[in-house]
Amino acid sequence: MAIWRNFTDLVRRFLASDVYYSFKRSPTVVVAFALTMLFMVSAAFAPWIVPHNTYEVATLNLMDAFLPPAWVQGGKLTYLLGTDDQGRDVFSTIILGARVSLLVGFASVALALTMGVALGLIAGYVGGVTDSVIMRVADVKLSFPAILIVLLIDGVARGILPRDVHDKAAVYVIVLAIGLSTWIQYARTVRGLTLVEKNKEYVQAARVIGLHPMLIMFRHVLPNVMGPVLVIGTLGLGIAVLTESTLSFLGVGVPPTEPSLGTLIRIGNNFLFSGEWWMAIFPGLFLVILVLSVNLLGDWLRDALNPKLR
Amino acid sequence: MFAYIVRRALQSILVMAAVAFVAFALFQYMGDPINQMVAQDASAAEREALRRTLGLDRPFYVQFLVFLKNLMTGNFGFSFRIGTPVAQIIAERLPATLELVLVAALFALFIGVPAGVYTGLHRHGAMSRFMLTVSLIGVSLPTFLIGILLILIFAVLLGWLPSFGRGQTVQLGFWSTGFLTASGLKALILPSITLGLFQTTLIMRLVRSEMLEVLRSDYIKFARARGLTNRAINFGHALKNTLVPVITIAGLQIGGLIAFAIITETVFQWPGMGFLFITAIQFVDVPVMSSYLVLVALFFVLINLVVDLLYFAVDPRLRVERSVSAH
Repeated sequence: MAIWRNFTDLVRRFLASDVYYSFKRSPTVVVAFALTMLFMVSAAFAPWIVPHNTYEVATLNLMDAFLPPAWVQGGKLTYLLGTDDQGRDVFSTIILGARVSLLVGFASVALALTMGVALGLIAGYVGGVTDSVIMRVADVKLSFPAILIVLLIDGVARGILPRDVHDKAAVYVIVLAIGLSTWIQYARTVRGLTLVEKNKEYVQAARVIGLHPMLIMFRHVLPNVMGPVLVIGTLGLGIAVLTESTLSFLGVGVPPTEPSLGTLIRIGNNFLFSGEWWMAIFPGLFLVILVLSVNLLGDWLRDALNPKLR
Repeated sequence: MFAYIVRRALQSILVMAAVAFVAFALFQYMGDPINQMVAQDASAAEREALRRTLGLDRPFYVQFLVFLKNLMTGNFGFSFRIGTPVAQIIAERLPATLELVLVAALFALFIGVPAGVYTGLHRHGAMSRFMLTVSLIGVSLPTFLIGILLILIFAVLLGWLPSFGRGQTVQLGFWSTGFLTASGLKALILPSITLGLFQTTLIMRLVRSEMLEVLRSDYIKFARARGLTNRAINFGHALKNTLVPVITIAGLQIGGLIAFAIITETVFQWPGMGFLFITAIQFVDVPVMSSYLVLVALFFVLINLVVDLLYFAVDPRLRVERSVSAH
C-alpha cells in the first residue's frame, strides 16, 4: 500500500510540475511524444502485431513480389504499403525494422551514457592527471566526426572476427561502435557540471563526515547532474538511430536477414530506377518521422529543464 | 600567440602519431600478411625466410618506425584486393572527392550565409519561419535519404540530371577534373547539394543567431542614430561582425564534409576516396583502410590548424590582447 501511495504522490507531483505544464502547452511536443511512444510500443510488440511475419521465410510468396501499395493500381489490400523483391510486406518489414533500429539506438545510448557519465564524474571530481588524460582522449576523438570512428571500429571487427561469427555479432559491434564514438558529449557535460557541484556545501558536508569519494560521486553529485544528461541522451537516441541506419545503408551495418530501416532503404534503393519507389520511400518516411519526433522531444526537454529560459 | 601556435602544432603532431599508431596496429594485427603472400603449401622455413626479408621478425617499435618512414615517403603498401599500390589508387580517387567537397562547401556558404542574414533581419516574416522549418527537417533527414529523394525526383521522374558517376572528366596532369565539361558539371549538382545541405542549414542557423545578437548591440543602435542606410548597417557593420564564428565553424565543417562524402559517394557511385573506403571495409582491405585513415587525419589536423591561425588573422581583439600582454 505504501508503495502505491508513493506512486500516486509522485504522479500528483509530476502533474503539478513546470515540466508537465510546458509539455501541455506545446501541441507539437505532444504529437512528437505520442508518435515516439507509438514507435516504441509497436517496436516492443512487433512480432505479435505485424500483419505478416517477414522473418518466416516459408510464409513468403514470390508471386506477391513487387506489388505496389494498396491504393495504387495492382496493389492488394493485405499488403497495405506494397511488397518488396522477395514478396515481403513492406509495412511489416518497417515495423520489424524500426524494432531493430530502436534496439540498437537504445543500447548504444545506454553504453555511451554509462561510460560518459562515469568518466565525466571521475574526471571532474578527482581532477589532476586523471582529468587531463580523460579529457585529452576526448579532445582527440572530438576532432574526428563520429561516423568515421564508427566505420573504423566496424572495419576492425570485420578484420578480427571470422565472417560467420561477425554476422551474428554485427548488432553488438554496431552498438559498441556507436557507444564508443559518442560518450564524449556526456563526459564533457558531466565533467563541467561536476566541477560546479564539487564546491557546493552538500558535497563539502558529505566529505567532512567522511563518506567515500565513490559514494559522494554517484549518490550525491550524480542526481544533480542528470538533467542535462537526459537531454543529451534523448537527442543522442535520434543520432544513434540515424547512424545505425546510415551504416546499414552503406552495407556495413546489421545483416540483411533481420533488416533495420537503413537496410530496407538500401534494398529499396536498388529498385528505384525500375519504378518500385515504395520499397525505399516508405521506410525512409518512417525513419524521418521517428528521428524528427525524438529530436523535437529532446529540443523541448532542453528548454523545459533549463531554468534560465523560463 | 607564438607559444599558442607551438602548442597547437605539438598537439597536431601528437594526434597524427596516435592515428599512425592505430593504422600500424591495423596492419599488424588484422590477419597475417604472410598468409596472403605465400602459396598454400609453403613450408614453415619458407614462411620464416619471407618474414625475415620483410622485416616482420624485428621488434615492433622498429617496425613502427619503418612504417612511419614509409608513410612519410608516400609508400602506403599494396591493396590486398586490387594488388596495385595504395598511393596510386588514392591519387586517382582524390580529385573526385576534393572537387565534390569544394563545390558542396561553396554551395553551403553561398546559400547558408544569405539565408541566415535574411532570417536574422526578418525575424517574424513568413518566409523566415518557412526556411527555419525546412532547415529543421533537413537536419532530421539522413544524408543518404536526401540523395535518394533527389535521385528519384531529378533523375528518375524528371530525367534532368545524371544519378551516378562524374560524367566526362578532363585530365590535367595527374588531376582529373569534372569542372571543364558540361556532363561533369551536371554530374556535380545532385551530389554536392546532398553533401552540402546539412552544412547549409548549420551555417544559416549560426549566421541567424549571430545576426540577432549583433543587431541588439549598442554600436548598431548608434549607427542607426547616425542615420546610416539599412544596407550599410546590415552588411557593413552587422554581417562583418558575425563572420568570425562563421569562419571557424565553416572551416571545421570542411572536415565533416570529407567524412560525410563517404555516404554521398556511395549513394551516387561517385568514384572518390569515400567510396573506396567503404569498399575497403566490406572486403577488409587493410592497407587501403589504414592509408585512408592517415590521409583523412592529416586533412583534419591541417584544417584545424589553419582555422586556428585564421582566427588570429580575422579577430582584431585577439591581436590587441597579444600586444597588451607583450608590454
